[in-house]
Amino acid sequence: MQRYSGFGLVKHALSHHENWQRQWRNPTPKKAYDVIIVGGGGHGLATAYYLAKEHGIKNVAVIEKGWLGGGNTARNTTIVRSNYLWDEAAALYEHSMKLWEGLSQDLNYNVMFSQRGVLNLGHTLQDMRDIQRRVNANRLNGIDSEVLDTKGVQELVPIMDCSKNARYPVLGASWQPRAGVARHDAVAWGFARGADAHGVDILQQTEVTGFKIRDGRVYGVHTNRGDIEAKTIGCVAAGNSGVLAKMAGIKLPLESHPLQALVSEPLKPVLDTVVMSNHVHGYISQSDKGDLVIGAGIDGYNGYGQRGSYPTVEHTLQAIVEMFPIFSRVRMNRQWGGIVDTCPDACPILSKTKVKGLYFNCGWGTGGFKATPGSAHVFAASLAKGEMHPIAAPFSIDRFNTGALVDEHGAAGVAH
Amino acid sequence: MFYIHCPYCGETREEEEFHPKGQAHIARPLDPDACSDEEWGDYLFFRDNPRGIHHELWVHAVGCRKFFNVTRHTVTYEILETYKMGEQPSITAEHPEGRPTDAVDQQASLRDGVRA
Repeated sequence: MQRYSGFGLVKHALSHHENWQRQWRNPTPKKAYDVIIVGGGGHGLATAYYLAKEHGIKNVAVIEKGWLGGGNTARNTTIVRSNYLWDEAAALYEHSMKLWEGLSQDLNYNVMFSQRGVLNLGHTLQDMRDIQRRVNANRLNGIDSEVLDTKGVQELVPIMDCSKNARYPVLGASWQPRAGVARHDAVAWGFARGADAHGVDILQQTEVTGFKIRDGRVYGVHTNRGDIEAKTIGCVAAGNSGVLAKMAGIKLPLESHPLQALVSEPLKPVLDTVVMSNHVHGYISQSDKGDLVIGAGIDGYNGYGQRGSYPTVEHTLQAIVEMFPIFSRVRMNRQWGGIVDTCPDACPILSKTKVKGLYFNCGWGTGGFKATPGSAHVFAASLAKGEMHPIAAPFSIDRFNTGALVDEHGAAGVAH
Repeated sequence: MFYIHCPYCGETREEEEFHPKGQAHIARPLDPDACSDEEWGDYLFFRDNPRGIHHELWVHAVGCRKFFNVTRHTVTYEILETYKMGEQPSITAEHPEGRPTDAVDQQASLRDGVRA
């Protein structure tokens, strides 16, 4: 792998930038690998990267039916935070946050991680009590978090309507200064380049059509490019996890819903942090390019069509305009939907299954992007050792039968 | 925007009058105390999540406030039919064009028999 550097930039300028090395190869599938990762989104690529880098397992294939980062990795609103309430979830997301903080250097790829802070607004007394409880829990878990009052919020975001006359007045917020945003495409590309450099085969436009299972043990997959064998298979397929699970005869407690987001025309810098509101349900940040990135809620019904419903967009924009009257005449450029695999307790599944050698990492729902490095790091460790990593262990699929749920539903900052 | 036909009101109304309530035709175990953890967990949390025809429970929240069933395609989002509680769908994944009429009749008579 050619390392990127300022010197390299100058060197390539001399040849008019025509000789840059391809970021990853486009190999033909081998007959067999040590590990197969199904799904070439951020989590899948990062799992392959950590398998190769930290566990020395380099004979790995990532199988992707579309193209890299063509799914939810590039369809989210790029927010990264770790202010979760419960210990199990906080450990997972904070593990991820720590990896984010060194990720650009680690990958030699600028993922544009910008720790501009995240505000989770409170609009009612109960919101504020929940925020206080969550901030206290965060601090006990060593996560930076503080409670702000209305004045504190107004100082951070002068353009927000914090007056008492608002329909849902801003009473305060939780504030995590280390949180922020990252460039989602760069995350997928950076991990792909890093994994490829370690010898991982990234197989695009290869669709898994079935699993080869014998005596309760998986030993390969059927694909549209022939059979590929491996004794360890990790499925990281987000919205399509349920379809994969069905092929292996496993039931997952997941429901796929459309979640949509939109971006506006580019504006001059006006918002230098991330604002999320659970109560009126909208979240917003401004990208480096200048466009406002706005996230909506999920549609209540199941769906696999990558688009969302109009009432949901309308409600979200009403909330945004209520909070930011200054944006009332901003025009929207693009709107899209991603398919999120939601779990009943709004926490992911990182788990072994009843089929030996077959692992699932799914159920991230509306909040998977922020967890990309952390989820992949612990999942790779689990695949390498054959035992779930201690941070991943509480997220076993068994919890839906034992009752040991990690109920982040009402407790997370926003947006589940 | 969906236009949904409420089988109780007999009218086709906009999506915003309704709320989706998840998968239809889930029967609560008759004796919950006798359920194993496996069975109870399955009843509470595990749902079909098909890519294709799906039967759902909806409520006409700001209309008649009654629950009813919808058969909908989860990729095209086309609503194929709506039907009252206690009824069975005529369009299923096995019979996307509608079940053969005698099967429907048989179902209907079976159901009427149960009701009677």
